[in-house]
Amino acid sequence: MTDPGSINASEIATAVRNGHSAVETVDRCLDAIAARDDELHAFLHVDADAARAAAAAIDERVAAGDDPGALAGVPVALKDNLCVRGAPTTCGSRILEGWRPPYTATVVDRVLAAGAVPIGKTNLDEFAMGSSTENSAFGPTRNPHDPARVPGGSSGGSAAAIAAGFVPLALGSDTGGSIRQPASLCGVVGAKPTYGAVSRHGLIAFASSLDQIGPLAGDVGDAALLLDVISGHDPLDSTSIPDGIPSVSAVLDEGVEGIRVGVVSELTDAEGVQAEVGEAVESAAIALQKAGATVGPVSIPAAVHGLAAYYLIAPAEASSNLARYDGVRYGLRVDADDVATMNARTRASGFGAEVKRRIMLGTYALSAGYYDAYYGQAQRVRTLLIRDFESAYESFDVLLAPTSPTTAFELGAKTADPLAMYLSDVCTILANLAGHPAMSLPFGTGEGGLPIGVQVFAQPLREPEMFRTARVIEESAP
Amino acid sequence: MSAPGSKRRAEITAGDVEHVARLARLALTPDEVDRFTAQLASIFENADAVAALDLDDVPPTAHPLSLSNVFRADEPRPGLSRDEVLAAAPAAEEGWFRVPRILEEP
Amino acid sequence: MSRRYEAVIGLEVHCELATATKLFCACRNEFGAEPNTNVCPVCLGLPGSLPVLNGRAVEFALRFGGVLGFGAPARSIFARKNYFYPDMPKDYQISQYEEPICIDGALEVDGVRVGIERAHLEEDTGKTVHVGGGGRIHEADHSLVDYNRAGVPLMEIVSRPDLRSAEQARAYVQELRGVLLAIGVSDVKMEEGSLRVDANVSLRSEGADELGTKVEIKNMNSLRSLGRAIEFEIDRQAELLEAGEPVAQETRHWNEADGRTHGMRSKEEAFDYRYFPEPDLVPIVPDPQMRARAGERLPELPADRRGRLAREWGISENDARLLVDVAGLAEFAEAAVAALGAGSAKDLVNWCVGEVLGFLNESGLVPGALPLAPDGLAELVDLVAAGSISRAQAKDVLDECLREPKRPRQVVAERGIEQVSDEAELAAVIDDIVAAHPDDVAAYRAADAKVRKKKRGFFMGEAIKATRNQGNPKVLGRLLDERLAGD
Repeated sequence: MTDPGSINASEIATAVRNGHSAVETVDRCLDAIAARDDELHAFLHVDADAARAAAAAIDERVAAGDDPGALAGVPVALKDNLCVRGAPTTCGSRILEGWRPPYTATVVDRVLAAGAVPIGKTNLDEFAMGSSTENSAFGPTRNPHDPARVPGGSSGGSAAAIAAGFVPLALGSDTGGSIRQPASLCGVVGAKPTYGAVSRHGLIAFASSLDQIGPLAGDVGDAALLLDVISGHDPLDSTSIPDGIPSVSAVLDEGVEGIRVGVVSELTDAEGVQAEVGEAVESAAIALQKAGATVGPVSIPAAVHGLAAYYLIAPAEASSNLARYDGVRYGLRVDADDVATMNARTRASGFGAEVKRRIMLGTYALSAGYYDAYYGQAQRVRTLLIRDFESAYESFDVLLAPTSPTTAFELGAKTADPLAMYLSDVCTILANLAGHPAMSLPFGTGEGGLPIGVQVFAQPLREPEMFRTARVIEESAP
Repeated sequence: MSAPGSKRRAEITAGDVEHVARLARLALTPDEVDRFTAQLASIFENADAVAALDLDDVPPTAHPLSLSNVFRADEPRPGLSRDEVLAAAPAAEEGWFRVPRILEEP
Repeated sequence: MSRRYEAVIGLEVHCELATATKLFCACRNEFGAEPNTNVCPVCLGLPGSLPVLNGRAVEFALRFGGVLGFGAPARSIFARKNYFYPDMPKDYQISQYEEPICIDGALEVDGVRVGIERAHLEEDTGKTVHVGGGGRIHEADHSLVDYNRAGVPLMEIVSRPDLRSAEQARAYVQELRGVLLAIGVSDVKMEEGSLRVDANVSLRSEGADELGTKVEIKNMNSLRSLGRAIEFEIDRQAELLEAGEPVAQETRHWNEADGRTHGMRSKEEAFDYRYFPEPDLVPIVPDPQMRARAGERLPELPADRRGRLAREWGISENDARLLVDVAGLAEFAEAAVAALGAGSAKDLVNWCVGEVLGFLNESGLVPGALPLAPDGLAELVDLVAAGSISRAQAKDVLDECLREPKRPRQVVAERGIEQVSDEAELAAVIDDIVAAHPDDVAAYRAADAKVRKKKRGFFMGEAIKATRNQGNPKVLGRLLDERLAGD
């Protein structure tokens, strides 16, 4: 297992700007991928030629006295639900197999403008629905720490690519924990920003009011670097925060003196939380205390209804977002005599079981007679949750909790029972429902050397406090 | 949207699943119908706990953001070329997207 | 239709807004382009695309709301209307459900207040054509889809069921069209599809309160079709009710060719649109600044203009309606009236709604394209008022001026028909005639009224002849009477 710190994005960028070859850096990554990705399957597509050409272009610019940007020559992996013009973008689904978007996502444009070198598209649960990457139509990704285990999901490919040392930076998306939970299971850093901090233009939608794009990296500093590049207002996304969020790289080392940390009792005591995970959270809390923070317990009472509310809102929005995959304009088509039958057969053939299940769940929750009882109620639970968070933040600046109740489970262990799989998200969905930023960082290992992650939450737009807290935790991590 | 106060539902049946599959244009096999019926029923048991909560005086949050009035100027910009657009089409005919015949109008 | 039933009609009018771009993307809002050439990731609903609202469409909707007295909501949101159809790129339409942009307005139609329940914004769908089977959907072999129209901004205007006849329904649409045109938000051309009307028709016993079963009628492509379709439907329903049969709640298509509405193939189940608030858009909160901007430079509405012209010029309501209904005619008349000297506005209007309008209808020209400028018409009216030409002469002069770019004075001079009104000159003529017919003069003075009238007519005829038709008849007549009376 490669130490993720051995390829550090800020170090690479500095080196490349000073004349070190970006092509060499890319080659190193491509070699690492060639050596191990057959086993791990983190990537769905790798375009080596394009990567080398992009790297060569960066080298030329540096030679000409240009500054390519904060991510000069840094190899980046992109989750395969991000549109890249002319490149395969499947969302891990057969229904988009072979589709090449005619446009590029805003975040990808920003990463390119900062001089990064895209290496390829990473594997994910189909349409980002899942917590293990086992729902990919193209085969699962394996956890680099133990290939018999899952890397988490849905951004399992991105997390594994970092953990395996394939690339120093990756982009993922998080709707119910899909960046944070795989980061936790793979022992890397993953952050979900405030809703609206990062443009969703070009992110293939799962649940519109919950989705956010965020960074995955080997350490907090690199994650901060990437977040600063991708965040900011985008006129192409109506839900984009007009003034963006404050820079996080700039304040990373300000420490936690005087910061009030609340440990969320409903989450540390949640169903199925492994003992070693709970202990890791406690140790992280102590480390913060030693660094000058005050720590105390905090209650988010509505948290107990969070999972149920999430599994009404997310599928409802998804059922609508995925209606467009109907075989008419792009993607798979299974022919029939009439268009409605063509639609139904195309979708039956193109979508996997989890996607179908969520589409039906969502359609049912929105259907006549049930809207108020399900979708309507879930939106009310959302309000309760936001109020509970607001109360908590009167006495605390950041919150602490586990990311995932368990360490990485075995492939196939939870696929038989959807509900068992959904429970993996119990600690992460709260931040999505409330629109708050949250991140996971590694804090030691448990049985079998499997990574444990701890989760830090902050109020909207307070990424700086969140990252500062994470930095201190990282420095004390075993 | 349903009338206020209608909170309880009956057990999910295979008929419900077939109805929903039709609304969602998903062709299901009989096996799938059975399997999904059982799974949806168990998932909805959790949902019912939410349905049963008394939240009448809590307003719903459709959105975590409190933005409003986000507008765009009424100025044309070039879009996609027809070739690009039709290149992805499963079936096209002289500049149009082609689909099998339509049996039912909305 | 039997007098036992009252028709209850509500109309849903969809109008395409005359913005430069679509509702949620910057593609051109234009009619008639080659298929699939005005498209982008947003209006095609490509994966990963997001809508961004056209501020001008909101302004147009607020402007409409403002002029028809709609209550402006504190906030307005968009909602997804979910259903599958090939012309729908996302298989949901972004529309408005709860909290539309305009609530509770009204339009006065022939003195009757017709309530308008709501008006809201929504995106249009693409267009499908059916190939094979004579172009009819059910016999087609396959269908073709063009997404140029997908995303074009629509305003849907839903009236209350306050209309009671086909004629009233037509008048409502006519008036609504006039308003939409006047405030510049739509070019409302039914033939181009920028104005579409669906009707909901039900019957109830006269005097009853409850509403009967509502039938929706679609596919009426002109005002005439609208009227015919509603009348047909009223008769159809009346026949059913009189036979004791129920009226089915359904959607029916108007068929222009056979003059009947037809039930559409029965659907398996009614559509469940599963409306929910659109999460990719944020609410509209109309602030005072937005409302003010929407209300700037509002032109006069048709009804107000008709009233004003009738009052100011003392013309009939009918004439006022003619002026305002014909595009450009009221403007022409107002400019002409402004240039009048001695002539009266009432007189000028008579010429407008008479000869001028007749010529416009015959030639197909718009008032602005006439060779005759508004002040030219004023000149003509002034000439008549001054007695320079008679009304009969003016008609001829006008006819020429409508066809050739000549001023009335010019024509009068060319023809040499200027009326002579000079007292001295005409008095001399009268003197000559009196002197030339002493016996007739004596007979006149000795005669009774009936004979006098005849003699006078004879003298007048001589006088007109003597002046070669240019003598001002009024002056001649007066001078003659004086001459015949005196002595």
